[in-house]
Amino acid sequence: MSTATLELKNVSKLYRVGKKEVHALNPISFDLLGDPARIITVAGESGSGKTTLASIMLGLLEPTTGQVLYEGKDVSTLSGSQYRDFRKNVQAVFQDPFAVFNPFYQVDHLLEVPIRKFNPGLSKAARRKAMEEALEAVGLQPSEILGRYPHQLSGGQRQRINVARAIVIKPKILVADEPVSMVDASLRANILEALVSLRENHKVNILYITHDLTTAYHVSDSIIVLYRGSVMEAGDITKVVESPQHPYTQLLINSIPWPDLERKWDNQQYANPDIQEISGEGCKFYSRCPNRKPECQQTPNLVPLFPKHLASCRLHPPKADLDAHLTNNL
Amino acid sequence: MEHLLDITGLTVSYYTDIGRAIALNQVDLRLKQGEKLGLVGESGSGKSTMGLAMMRMIKPPGKVEGGSVVIGGVDMLQLSDKEMLKRRLSTISYIPQGAMNSLNPVLKIKRQMIDAYRAHYPDHKLDQIMDLAHEAMRSVELPEHVLEMHPHELSGGMKQRVCIAIGILLRPQIIIADEPTSALDVVTQRQVIETLNRVQQKIGSALILIGHDMGLMAQSMDKVAVMYAGEIVEINDVQTVFTSPKHPYTQALISSLPRLQNRGEFRGIPGMAPSLYRLPSGCRFHPRCNQQQPQCQTTSPRKSVFEDEKYVTCHLYEAT
Repeated sequence: MSTATLELKNVSKLYRVGKKEVHALNPISFDLLGDPARIITVAGESGSGKTTLASIMLGLLEPTTGQVLYEGKDVSTLSGSQYRDFRKNVQAVFQDPFAVFNPFYQVDHLLEVPIRKFNPGLSKAARRKAMEEALEAVGLQPSEILGRYPHQLSGGQRQRINVARAIVIKPKILVADEPVSMVDASLRANILEALVSLRENHKVNILYITHDLTTAYHVSDSIIVLYRGSVMEAGDITKVVESPQHPYTQLLINSIPWPDLERKWDNQQYANPDIQEISGEGCKFYSRCPNRKPECQQTPNLVPLFPKHLASCRLHPPKADLDAHLTNNL
Repeated sequence: MEHLLDITGLTVSYYTDIGRAIALNQVDLRLKQGEKLGLVGESGSGKSTMGLAMMRMIKPPGKVEGGSVVIGGVDMLQLSDKEMLKRRLSTISYIPQGAMNSLNPVLKIKRQMIDAYRAHYPDHKLDQIMDLAHEAMRSVELPEHVLEMHPHELSGGMKQRVCIAIGILLRPQIIIADEPTSALDVVTQRQVIETLNRVQQKIGSALILIGHDMGLMAQSMDKVAVMYAGEIVEINDVQTVFTSPKHPYTQALISSLPRLQNRGEFRGIPGMAPSLYRLPSGCRFHPRCNQQQPQCQTTSPRKSVFEDEKYVTCHLYEAT
């Protein structure tokens, strides 16, 4: 069995609102391929382009430039059967655990539809078995879930059922867009654990999209930090979180409310995020950066600083002997 | 020392078609002037109901069934509706969860502040009100021209700070902030919480921060009250809650937190919160408790009170 690959090639997205142009995503290239399977986090605040990136990867949104390649073929030109294969193998979990359920159907319905669609011809018993396996994979007891209605379940259970729905047809890639942001903090651990066990036990590659660096640090192997559509910093998760190089990543990490009395917020002042950014040339973080220099008005490139650690900041000169390709650093 | 806020035996139920849900059961809470308390718990544990009950904003089918909310010697629950209207914002103010939905979209921020002020002091001069409005904007670090803007022109963080500015306009003695940052990203969240702390310090009021993010509590609160299924199971200073929590639920909550040191470890709390319609007998937490004892299934635990109004409700700490 070959591993599925999903590759972004210079993908960008431009939204036009009247005469105003918004660069939601500046050109980005990387692949999600995987052996061994990995969890890659895409982190950033609201408006950083992370959901745009997810929608493009899922083929729900057409990129303005560039291509999304699934097993080497452009997703927008896939034939019917190839597209079905893409749909089956690239699954999604969305943010809101309440919005995806139809309250009139039992939970079984949500799990059964994808099986019927992608594995037609399975017997009733085989379908049931697949559903039970998927539920067990996310740490739920099938006997407590099957036959119930959505309103009988908690938000945490529903979100785990969403993960189960995504994996019931054994995809190779999972795009999880803020899967825990609407779930109680005390239940997040269970869902994150389910994601990690998918990677370990089912070799699913996961793109984990979040604004919460605490959970990202716990589940993922590598991270891409987006700000206003551009990659600020990327690389190995422990390196980026433990020694962030870009001033924006530093601001993010320093703003995490760690549940730790030894690690309180510092007193560094950052310019107000409400200030309108100047669009066009230059570092996107320029107007808020405490360390800005005149040359920052020219757009910096994403360059390698250490093995498995990239940043796009003029404060840091690139190390020429290191690999600058984003994928190879993730 | 005299307490600014003294809540005793507060009980709230919701009457619905399937029966009576006891959202708050005999809750006690005392706060001194200037104290900052975090009220934490899962969804449905009663933390928002508690905030609303203090404001007397419980609407049918909800009903306050008992207890008292005494602020500065006056029981809010005994006041007439008209008197209570005067107390809101001037004695106790409430900063709601969704700032985006709590401002009037067709009025300028300025108008909404003037309206709030005039509701309490109808005959004050406009100049005087505007001075206070400008001061409120300064204390939440928003530029004064925001007063001339409509809510849709502001970002989420700015709207939330406008709500804080309105909330402190009349210098209330108690500020209740109900998950003020749940829809904001980390950087904006930090900014809003720091703003809240600064204005609280400036006007010297007590602050109750409702939320489920223990990280925020560790960063900015003095005390933490942990709620479970409509009861406060533990109130303690933030130091004790994080380093040696007493109640088994608090212990489970603290050990489920993601920290820098325990990367890749996940410790969720097994089981799920009980339905408020069918509460377990005895201690409400006993089906999920890892230190369960025989009496937990049959008898409700009593409060074991420590110094400074801290307490835990658990059989493990009851004096024998």
